[in-house]
Amino acid sequence: MSPNITNVSRRGFLKGMASAGALVLSVRLVPDYLWAAEAMPGTLAERATLHPNIFVGIDSDGTVHIVAHRSEMGTGSRTALPLVLADELDADWKRVRIEQAIGDARYGSQDTDGSQSVREFYAVMREAGATARAMLKQAAAQQWKVPVEECESGLHCIVHRGSGRKADYGELAALAAALPVPKNEDLEYKPKSAWRYVGKGASAYDLAELCTGRAQFGMDARMEGMLYASVEHPPVLGGKVKSYDDKAALQVEGVKRTMQIPPFKPPHAFQPLGGIAVVADNTWAAFQGRKKLKVEWDNGPNASYDSEAYKKELQEVARKPGKVVRNIGDVDAAFAKGGKIVEAEYYVPHLAHVSMETPVALANFRDGKVEAWTCTQNPQAAQQTVAAALGIPKENVICHVTLLGGGFGRKSKPDYVAEAAILSKATGRPIKVVWSREDDVQFGYYHAVAAMYMKAVLDESGKPSAWLQRSVFPSIDSTFALNVKYGGAGELSLGWLDLPFDLANHRAENGPIEAHVRIGWLRSVANIYHGFAAQSFSDELAHAAGRDSLEYLLHLVGPDRVIDVKKSAPNYDNYGGSFEKFPLDTARVRRVIEMAAEKSGWGKRKMGNGSGMGLAFHRSFLTYVATVVQVEVNHQGDVRIPEVHTAVDAGIVVNPELTKSQFEGAAVFGTSIVRSGQITAKNGVIEQSNFHDYPVARMNEAPRKTNVYIVESDAAPAGVGEPGVPPFAPAMCNAIFAATGKRVRELPLSRTDLSG
Amino acid sequence: MIHLKVNGSERSFEGNPDLPLLWYLRDVLGFTGTKYGCGMALCGACTVHLNGKAIRSCATSMTMAAGKEITTIEAINAGGLHPVQEKWIEYNVPQCGYCQSGQIMQAISFLKDTPKPTDEDIDNAMSGNICRCGTYQRIRAAIKAAAGENA
Repeated sequence: MSPNITNVSRRGFLKGMASAGALVLSVRLVPDYLWAAEAMPGTLAERATLHPNIFVGIDSDGTVHIVAHRSEMGTGSRTALPLVLADELDADWKRVRIEQAIGDARYGSQDTDGSQSVREFYAVMREAGATARAMLKQAAAQQWKVPVEECESGLHCIVHRGSGRKADYGELAALAAALPVPKNEDLEYKPKSAWRYVGKGASAYDLAELCTGRAQFGMDARMEGMLYASVEHPPVLGGKVKSYDDKAALQVEGVKRTMQIPPFKPPHAFQPLGGIAVVADNTWAAFQGRKKLKVEWDNGPNASYDSEAYKKELQEVARKPGKVVRNIGDVDAAFAKGGKIVEAEYYVPHLAHVSMETPVALANFRDGKVEAWTCTQNPQAAQQTVAAALGIPKENVICHVTLLGGGFGRKSKPDYVAEAAILSKATGRPIKVVWSREDDVQFGYYHAVAAMYMKAVLDESGKPSAWLQRSVFPSIDSTFALNVKYGGAGELSLGWLDLPFDLANHRAENGPIEAHVRIGWLRSVANIYHGFAAQSFSDELAHAAGRDSLEYLLHLVGPDRVIDVKKSAPNYDNYGGSFEKFPLDTARVRRVIEMAAEKSGWGKRKMGNGSGMGLAFHRSFLTYVATVVQVEVNHQGDVRIPEVHTAVDAGIVVNPELTKSQFEGAAVFGTSIVRSGQITAKNGVIEQSNFHDYPVARMNEAPRKTNVYIVESDAAPAGVGEPGVPPFAPAMCNAIFAATGKRVRELPLSRTDLSG
Repeated sequence: MIHLKVNGSERSFEGNPDLPLLWYLRDVLGFTGTKYGCGMALCGACTVHLNGKAIRSCATSMTMAAGKEITTIEAINAGGLHPVQEKWIEYNVPQCGYCQSGQIMQAISFLKDTPKPTDEDIDNAMSGNICRCGTYQRIRAAIKAAAGENA
């Protein structure tokens, strides 16, 4: 997003756009970087003098263009992946220009979720950088007529060891471009000691733009002739318009027209919900027009969805035997032998993403093709969804990716992009669909509500000789298929099949339930409720055994070993990572637990009298995290969080400072889940609508200080965006127990009276 | 006809006087640095300065802005960086960054009134601005640094 990214021809093009427009302003109509892949084919990287790979190009002035193909929603992947490439290229970071890719299957997966960007593309970025460096080295050797072995890379240049001759990458780009691209197996990689950026990091590439209001989000995309639209969706999932009256809506100043968007064909997947769109010449007029619509709805089959009744149903199912999804030994036999039995039930409600930027998309339909600018986590899915909605081939959909004002999983689902495309086709104008906050809260792809039942029997030492756990939740699979009742392997693998404890008898089960709202994935997904249950329960067992929570947790983890999870849980998917590269290693579990405990001063600080510390461990997205939360609870039951200590083993960490930010943010995200996160339905309609009734943590409610400790590691890089979330809620609730003696088994906290 | 000054320029507006200032700034004038977050003055993403004081532009009608001087993030320190922005950069505050225009506008206004804030002052002044990414501790550190204290 640096201004230098604009080349001459594009600048001329933009100027033409701006002067033709009605809005001649000091602000750009469409941000520069969005034009990186405009009508002129290809990226700046592709048009550069040397272009050995889809991700990189080098101009003859030495500018290095790197393509960011994953979406930036605040996790820093737009900086981290180019850093990896630049490191292996030995490029000067100050001479690197990053451009954002459009949706294009040639990049591989662009679905920016699952904390996978660095994990899945670390090797790809290194390869791209090493390829370019090898070609530059070869070019220098050729130019100097010396053996290539005598040449090496320096900062943005190739150096001849014997003579000290030096050539900048820019000087070598043209010569290198004439050389064959080396094979991957012939590439040489820099030794770790020569890494410039990986493990040291850099500030976010867009930092200055983000602090000056110049950064361009989906909300900020503009286009000549554009109109704004807002959609009145069916209040109940699967509802349809019976009839509507738009006379009053059309009277609102600025409203141009209304039109109906057809309902989806089940399963809903990423299709628009349908409803009535109001098109206007500004966002607010579209919102106002909607308020004047009179719509009669057929609410359809989900009109009786009631969260209170559903909660009882979930809990009843959880109390009964379900489908066995992991088994070690024989829990029933162990329970039959008797001993100290501990049982507990946990409950986590639906949650909504509420990214600060609501879903928004600008689309322009022209000559059978669509060009869209949007804050999407998954531009290829946006292409497919738009194509299916309009009945055109996906090659005819260009999806530009803006910066995202948060995503958390919501923006992986491009229903809003299809709405904009449908409306643009119908009106013949570029249309920007803006979701209001109320739309965002009431028509989300919700995090599943879940009930968990846990039972253990303790031996004389206090250790569980059997551990049974059942979870029941409406599955994400119900978004993509009909008649889904059980959780998918992808959800059960998230913290339910991989409990890393040393248990002779262990069984995990999953019970059936149907979904009545759209279920989606939200930052760390099923790990939230699975981690809450498992790590609260281990603390309950420690208490029942009369032992210290830290010592007990380490005892549960047991001796250092690699757990072959698939042996006991055949459907375990290990986040799609190979077991060789990403084993479940209890030595790493132990290390983060010990580290968080030590740093927090566990056992050394005086607690009690409303003050307490709680501990939890959770491995998710192949990253090991332990968190200690300190709380203070007053007589009114108000909870303060003075300190959080989080230890993280994510393998190789590219950008430590931004990684720390992710875990600081995860603690705040976790605080919101514990304090106030709760979406409920009555008569099929979501009861919350904005930040007054769906509050998220504010500065005065957030942890005052979260300290993050990163374990030095040479293991393969794993995720950092999500793994901080799951251990937070159980650690905080364990701390509340330590402070008050009151066990929080249901979230949010408002369901438990802490006063007294 | 409503007259007002936006980022130093005289403007006049003939449309619906109930239009919130936010949408005038964004959709009519194209100053998109000011963000929509809730439309109910609950989140602070739309914070701008009205006669030098932080206000929520989503809940400020054009009528209320008449005759006033409005400053948005684009003009908070034309041609350079405001010291508060410099600290935001130094402390790597933003994650997604969407709320940060509002946070910065709130912080600048707050520090003008309270040059040497305590933690409690900062909490009170900044708790109307939501950051869903959870950058609060860096915001606090940046504000303290801008106030010339050790963070």
